[in-house]
Amino acid sequence: MSKQPLARAFSLLAASFFLLSSLSTAPTSAAGTVKVGVLHSLSGTMAISEVTVKNATMLAIEEINAKGGVMGEQIEPVIEDGGSDPAIFAQKAQKLVQEDKVVTVFGGWTSASRKAMLPVFERFHGLLWYPVQFEGNECSKDIMYSGAQPNQQILPALDWAKAKGYKSYFLLGSDYVFPRTANLILKKHIVHDGLTVAGEEYVPLGGTDFSAIVNKIKLAGPSIIFNTLNGDSNVSFFKQMAAAGLPPSKLPVMSFSIAEPEAKSIGPSLLQGSYAAWNYFESLPDPVNKKFVAAYHAKYPDQPIDDPMIHGYLDVLTWAAAVEKAKSFDIDKVRKAATMLAYSDYGMGETKFAANQSLVQTGFVGELEPSGQFKIIWKSAGPIQPVPYDPLSFPGKVCSI
Amino acid sequence: MNESVLVAGQLFNGISVASILLLAALGLALSFGLMRVINMAHGEMLMMGGYLTYVCTLLFGKSTGFLIGMVVAFFGAAAFGALMESTLIRKLYGRPLDTLLATWGVSLILQQAARSIFGPIGVEVTAPPWLAGSIAIGGTALTGLSIPLVRVFIIVVAAIVLGGVTLLIMRTRLGMLVRAVHQDRGMADALGADTRWVDLCVFSLGTGIAGLAGATLTSIAPVTPTVGQGYIVYAFLVVILGGLGSLAGTLAAAVIVGLFSATAQIVTSQSFSDVLLLVFVIIFIQFRPRGIASSRSRALDEA
Repeated sequence: MSKQPLARAFSLLAASFFLLSSLSTAPTSAAGTVKVGVLHSLSGTMAISEVTVKNATMLAIEEINAKGGVMGEQIEPVIEDGGSDPAIFAQKAQKLVQEDKVVTVFGGWTSASRKAMLPVFERFHGLLWYPVQFEGNECSKDIMYSGAQPNQQILPALDWAKAKGYKSYFLLGSDYVFPRTANLILKKHIVHDGLTVAGEEYVPLGGTDFSAIVNKIKLAGPSIIFNTLNGDSNVSFFKQMAAAGLPPSKLPVMSFSIAEPEAKSIGPSLLQGSYAAWNYFESLPDPVNKKFVAAYHAKYPDQPIDDPMIHGYLDVLTWAAAVEKAKSFDIDKVRKAATMLAYSDYGMGETKFAANQSLVQTGFVGELEPSGQFKIIWKSAGPIQPVPYDPLSFPGKVCSI
Repeated sequence: MNESVLVAGQLFNGISVASILLLAALGLALSFGLMRVINMAHGEMLMMGGYLTYVCTLLFGKSTGFLIGMVVAFFGAAAFGALMESTLIRKLYGRPLDTLLATWGVSLILQQAARSIFGPIGVEVTAPPWLAGSIAIGGTALTGLSIPLVRVFIIVVAAIVLGGVTLLIMRTRLGMLVRAVHQDRGMADALGADTRWVDLCVFSLGTGIAGLAGATLTSIAPVTPTVGQGYIVYAFLVVILGGLGSLAGTLAAAVIVGLFSATAQIVTSQSFSDVLLLVFVIIFIQFRPRGIASSRSRALDEA
């Protein structure tokens, strides 16, 4: 049996590739380093939002490494692309935990991506730090929820509106899980507080026709609109409201998915005078925030900074502090230590993780200015304890970790 | 405000939505309806029109820039369409699946180009100040109804474009050639009509109208790299419902779709009215597979 020279060359090549690839995926990390996963959409529709969170996450890792690392070990990030596809998120999460043997993962944006990763972290024993506000109604020991629960973003906005004297609320959102759940909770509280729901409407994701909805809003005559529209739909909505003679200066709009980058793309002139509720604004007069903004702008000049980015930054710093406190990279020890840390300021005021592994944080309401920045006009009385299951909307459900 | 105002408002909105659909679909009715070219990059022609308008408003200010933008968008997109036809689509006639793939590739390239040049998060174009007001109707049962000027403007533009295209097809020598090629390509060719040149003109006109539509729609919709994707499904829906190769059918289909979804939304939500619309179109196509105005031509018999 004589082999052709070409075939032999190929098999040699294949063998050497096999050797090389098995070497590079070996879970041995260089001495004095610890691997963490960073899993965001770097391509696809969500990349616009998630690349900036990845940048903020990397900034935190670089800062820690510059100060000598965690327990003397340099952090080695393994960056993966979720591709704006929940199935890819699940697959990459498994790769990070099983092949790369990372000690923790920072990432995710959409609820769909989080829900897809959750079973992976539960099954293969991993820990995910999730940076985005969401609809709550979920509680797992394998996720640290640093983004706001509904009672930390949406309900504070309702408190603010009540105090301002708004009586009649029109709920408008894109048709998917976050707006539907947020409005479910809002309706319960609006009715409970003796106020009225003037109307509730949903537009398919990416929808651009608001002619009928503007008409219905006019007919309902609400005193304020609570807006959970996503992305470009906001542009069409605000343009068509303005065309119908109802700019935000005439009929106030409180938005839950418009932060600094969205305001920049929609156009501040169109949004001027509209409100947003978040747990962080770039304009926050906090000395730690000033340093974060300066450090970020040194690397990425002129780019707006928003709430999920500071959460991505905070997650890494909190994880490092928890590791130092636990004196271990062990997942169970780290997540317990994270909830035992004292209040600290990472740029968004005093925060800490509660026993239910969600972040205790302050709620802010901002008014959009022509510059594209928000002027902070209201803040909650203090940091708000996170409540994953709203007691009015989901009675009897509790989070016990 | 009462129920009759809502109904009247929705009827107007139906016409408004119809005019938007018509603008988005007319170009497609030309290239797909008359030439059987499935141009997946049609939405990106709208997007290109939007960005050209943006550039013009930067250069000439909001008011005049918007008007200049409409002209520039028409000719810019038409020029790009001519380039596309002569370098790509011409090589693929009679291979509809290959055309579909190739134009889809062009659509991806254009989206990425917009992303690279203007950034991924879209640019700000607002309606010019003279379109900002609305016409209030008072003194009748419809007191409280107000009609935004910008929507009236879009209806007028759609009507002018439709009128212009109809005149071109029905009254000019080029239009006669277009109709001849549509009826029987082989015979028209044999009788000396320059079918290649006719194809180039029809395709280029179609993309030009899409560019103009994109420029007009910046007054009520966003300008982002992916904005075209939102229109293309409805544009195909209108063209197929209307019947291939018939401008009257396209107009009728746009009005039916616009009024259907607007009146459905008096009683239901937008998501559900979309469902009802698609069910309606599916049933309609079962009974009239060739759409509202099925024109007779040899080209259709081949298809």
